[in-house]
Amino acid sequence: MPPDMPTEPIRRRIALTDDGPILVHGPIEVVLTDGKTMISDRAVTALCTCLRSSRYPICDTSHRRRVRNVTARGSGSGMDRGGRGC
Amino acid sequence: MLSSTSPRPVTAPALPAPRGPLSSAVLAALRGISAAPHAAEIPPGAVGQADPYGEDLQLALYCCYELHYRGFAGVSDDLEWDPGLLGLRRQLEQVFLAALGADVAGGTDVAAEIGALLVEPVDAAGVSHHLRHAGQLWQLREYVVQRSLYHLKEADPQAWVIPRLSGPAKVALVSVEHDEYGSGNPDRMHARLFADMMTELGLCAEYGAYLDAAQATALAEVNFMSLCGLHRRLRGGLIGQLVTAELTSSPASDRLVRAMRRLGCGPRAIEFYAEHIEADAVHEQLIRHGVIAPLLAAEPELARDVVFGIQASTLLADRFADLLLSRWAQGRTTLRNPLPELSHRR
Ligand code: FES
Ligand SMILES: [Fe+2]
Ligand SMILES: [Fe+2]
Repeated sequence: MPPDMPTEPIRRRIALTDDGPILVHGPIEVVLTDGKTMISDRAVTALCTCLRSSRYPICDTSHRRRVRNVTARGSGSGMDRGGRGC
Repeated sequence: MLSSTSPRPVTAPALPAPRGPLSSAVLAALRGISAAPHAAEIPPGAVGQADPYGEDLQLALYCCYELHYRGFAGVSDDLEWDPGLLGLRRQLEQVFLAALGADVAGGTDVAAEIGALLVEPVDAAGVSHHLRHAGQLWQLREYVVQRSLYHLKEADPQAWVIPRLSGPAKVALVSVEHDEYGSGNPDRMHARLFADMMTELGLCAEYGAYLDAAQATALAEVNFMSLCGLHRRLRGGLIGQLVTAELTSSPASDRLVRAMRRLGCGPRAIEFYAEHIEADAVHEQLIRHGVIAPLLAAEPELARDVVFGIQASTLLADRFADLLLSRWAQGRTTLRNPLPELSHRR
């Protein structure tokens, strides 16, 4: 690269979500409160903000609203609803 | 990144046994016994009278679709675009689609459908709930066998939709697919993690090995993805299917990890679902904000199809869960061919 070319800083993109995690783009290193380091090489990592994740600091969707007695409604059946590894 | 292990030989699966007149006609054509079936050669009324969710129609459809993935051992690759088979496939698709259309509520309120998928019912009774609390190893193995028809081609049906999207929706969908395919590392491909889990559970991890064992209800879920993937007209349905799967996967995967720990499964078995807890928490966000939002902004008329995709894939998943849970409650197998007993290891 020519020495006089202005270099743009490489910025990590961090996206906030309205209901859950912070999405960090690119491989990251997270320093935990005990000083240990966790690495994530995912293209996007979802960091937990609700503190409820069993895999904290990684979001495991524990931020979701939990409800009892789901009433039958179009799609929201009480079954697995399509999910389990995708 | 290159795989640390040597590549496995690529083998096409063996043809399955027929389950009725429609699958017999398709299989005879694939074996080269008869010319590809023209609509007129199917027994009169066989398509119209077939159970849309039944063994015969779903297997026939599955075999038609498989020609677009890996084909079958000993079957000519040319048959993928055989007009006779394509014509029959179209008839089967119409029966399947008509049944789904009649059995779901429909609508255009994508936000409401997604909102319903995002609440976590604590007292639900699904397969993963059962496996987590009371599942036995033979039930877990059966579940994995039934699901193998999809997971060994995980992300492939959704890849068909890529050229049918544009702009930001396409970019976000490709990031999800890239992750499904291991983010550049063949050893981390989700289909590969599933195969590793099968091996660890004493199952055959070869692509399509359990086609004869799988029930129509399991095939129907895969067929729905292939159907929506292969038809550009149904691209909204494919996105609805994908959003349903990605949004519901994390919590269910967490339950399956707990089930497998309780049953004493090893880390190589557990990794597939462990990976999906974290991966699908991200995929959920990418699909909702990165795919659905720009897609509907650009093509608002697709809302009805997205809703259809969500409702239809939920219906098919519920039918599958009903079958498994009701059979297991009676202590019965859910497989068409029982598995050989697990030889005692260790
Ligand atoms: S933000 Fe998702 S589990 Fe905490
Ligand atoms: Fe996923
Ligand atoms: Fe996956």
